[in-house]
Amino acid sequence: MAIIETNALTYTYPGATKPSIRDVSLSIEKGKFVILTGPSGCGKTTLCRCFNGLIPHFYSGELKGELCVAGLNVGEHAIYEMAKQVGLVFQNPENQLFALSVEKDVAFGLENLGMPRDQMKDRVNWALQMTGIEELRERAPHELSGGQQQRVAIASVLAMQPEIMIFDEPTSFLDPLGAQKIFEVINDLKRKLGVTIILVEHRLDLAARYADQVVIMDAGKIVLDGEPREIFNSETAWLLGVGVPKAVRLWNLLQENGLILGEVPVSSEEATRFLREVLKR
Amino acid sequence: MSVFEGFRFRHVTSPIHRLDPRVKFLYVLAMFVVALFFIEFLPLLVLFFLQIPFVLVAGVRREWLRSLRGAVFLVTMIFVFNFVFGYFYRTYSSSAVLLEYSLAMALRFLVLVESFSIFFLTTSPDHLSLALEQSHVPYEFTFAFTTAVRFVPVLAEEAQTIMDAQKARGLELERGNFLKRVRNYIPILIPLIVSAIRRSLELAEAMESRAWGATDKRTNLYVLKMKKGDLILIILSIVLLAVAVYVHFFVTIPSLSTFLPPLPF
Amino acid sequence: MIEVKDVSFKYPTGVEALKGVSLTVKDGEFVAVMGQNGAGKTTLVKQFNGLLKPTRGEVLVDSVSTRDVSVAKLARKVGFVFQNPDHQLFSETVEEEIAFALRNFGFDEATIERRVTWALNLLDLTEYRKTSPFMLSGGERKRVALASVLAWDPSVVILDEPTIGQDHRQKENLRQFIVQLNGQGKTVVVVTHDVEFVAECNPRVVLMTDGKVIADGEAKRILTDTTLALRASIVPPQITQIFLGLGEFGLPTDVIDVSEAKRILLDYLEGVNR
Repeated sequence: MAIIETNALTYTYPGATKPSIRDVSLSIEKGKFVILTGPSGCGKTTLCRCFNGLIPHFYSGELKGELCVAGLNVGEHAIYEMAKQVGLVFQNPENQLFALSVEKDVAFGLENLGMPRDQMKDRVNWALQMTGIEELRERAPHELSGGQQQRVAIASVLAMQPEIMIFDEPTSFLDPLGAQKIFEVINDLKRKLGVTIILVEHRLDLAARYADQVVIMDAGKIVLDGEPREIFNSETAWLLGVGVPKAVRLWNLLQENGLILGEVPVSSEEATRFLREVLKR
Repeated sequence: MSVFEGFRFRHVTSPIHRLDPRVKFLYVLAMFVVALFFIEFLPLLVLFFLQIPFVLVAGVRREWLRSLRGAVFLVTMIFVFNFVFGYFYRTYSSSAVLLEYSLAMALRFLVLVESFSIFFLTTSPDHLSLALEQSHVPYEFTFAFTTAVRFVPVLAEEAQTIMDAQKARGLELERGNFLKRVRNYIPILIPLIVSAIRRSLELAEAMESRAWGATDKRTNLYVLKMKKGDLILIILSIVLLAVAVYVHFFVTIPSLSTFLPPLPF
Repeated sequence: MIEVKDVSFKYPTGVEALKGVSLTVKDGEFVAVMGQNGAGKTTLVKQFNGLLKPTRGEVLVDSVSTRDVSVAKLARKVGFVFQNPDHQLFSETVEEEIAFALRNFGFDEATIERRVTWALNLLDLTEYRKTSPFMLSGGERKRVALASVLAWDPSVVILDEPTIGQDHRQKENLRQFIVQLNGQGKTVVVVTHDVEFVAECNPRVVLMTDGKVIADGEAKRILTDTTLALRASIVPPQITQIFLGLGEFGLPTDVIDVSEAKRILLDYLEGVNR
């Protein structure tokens, strides 16, 4: 069952000469982990902002086409209504934390929604637990590392228990180990809670292993949409300059040289396993 | 940047820190009113020493002394101004009286600085914003306040980075005459302002995405409850006011000159 | 040449960011300073242009101690491209932005004109000459920042985390550009935690953790050493991870390049088939 459904979605920022996304038709099923990628400026960030209502309510401009998220028509519902169903975690950890303590930040969304205090306390504890940051609850955001800050941001959004969580390049400022940890946290949300995940990322080598669906955009349009293994293996992805994981690249090179291989690996562990089989023959 | 250190609230707890900020503020107001009652030196001296136990219990002696040191310039100015002005334009029974009066005015200012300083040193920004919220100040203002405090260290760091980046392009901030030096700060200010604007946009996006404005009846994770200590402070403030009124109207306050030998002038 | 002699550095807050670091960067080298966030990489390279001065030990740039010379003077030789271009952009046009440093260094107007044109050309920004830098996209602003540093032709170019937020193609362009710069004889120092990026360039790697240098040598050797990777909390390149799991076939484990990996595997299979 599709939890996000768009049809011919087109959006032009106010004052812009051409649309940032054009004719986007996309269907995302409940509980799936979707990677959205493409070269800089392809419109992936714009598309994410459509999903939670920032477009058209915060950014005005012209939004055409149909967009249905968690059963709601985005154009007809205020952002704060969408916030209960769709959470958005942004790229810069520092600029999404407002409060003077982690606890208060995680509670921010719930306070906005007018949740009674006792219920709020339980929810905050739960969110801190899910993201593994309970021991940070009284710390000030400025004292935390980038990775810790991002986990606080995730907890703050998670506390509202949305069905869909969107992550817009959440690991840009993190080192590879920090990035790995964040992807694990995100995957846990899908595994344990059934949250539908949309991850916008360039670092596919670390994130590819978690994806159920990969969507590639270029110049505002969707160019590829499908199963990770076939998408990563496609020529188009490579030509677009998408950061296809090195494991897949190796696979391609070996295939070009006549090797008959099985499935396309989406992680180094898979590649090692598949290669072992090939080499043993 | 040490000037920003004062805003970074230290995680110290003491009975004073735990008091309800609204009650503390009431106490500070009481101090304010009482200080304004008196132009005599002795009661103001009493007021000054009355606050020292608070400073010691709260464990903020060092910071408190620093704030007093910061006020020294203005205190001296007040003293000098009153003395000179009084000497030339007003008539006093003697120069000793004038001296006492000027000292009293300077001390009064010090007492005011002292009490406000204690308030801010023992109240965390979080606590303060909670007090504001519960006092029915519109949430927009409280939020603006806490967010500003939250970002002060971030902005300070960014200012330093920008200065480094421009220094690395040959910008010399210490050279040149006054006008040139002011112009030299443009490459620092513009990136800082642009960055602040960008940051505000990102913050607004994040706020909206977390249901900002969903309801007028905003709740709060924390709540301020008055405790025993708060009650004691309230009573103390009332007593202070009462005693002050009594002393002001019914007691003649001896002047310093009765205790000291007559001055040479 | 940059010599770092037993340098320790403590921030005013008390944090000891560098603990006894010694190394030498010769003219024309290409060095990648790597390690986790917080390992001390940026603190180290800020010693190279005098933005930070050691609390113990000393740093010599072409035999002159950084303590004896102003940052502006050192900057003439050592160019530093900061991570976020928005921390330096302030001019009305791209042209003026690039000319800023040149004016600070006292070049005459004719030379400035020439150098600006050259820098614009080098980074493909000629069409934006009269554009406001704030109107440009993120990637374009990065190029303006880079152009404004290269304009005064420093012999050393330091890039602090240049790959953050960049897509694959932009990283590829950057990589080629850096290689080109190095080919022209410039000393290039890149601070980065992007192992895949470094794997594609194979420079000298200085690996840091907790304020110390724990390894200094060829990328191929260092990025494939699992003990080092563990100590420095870095993730080895994907190709390396694959080969580390194929040790039983007698294949080399110090592989970081895709083409080399392909060659090795094909050779092995050919050998087996014979």
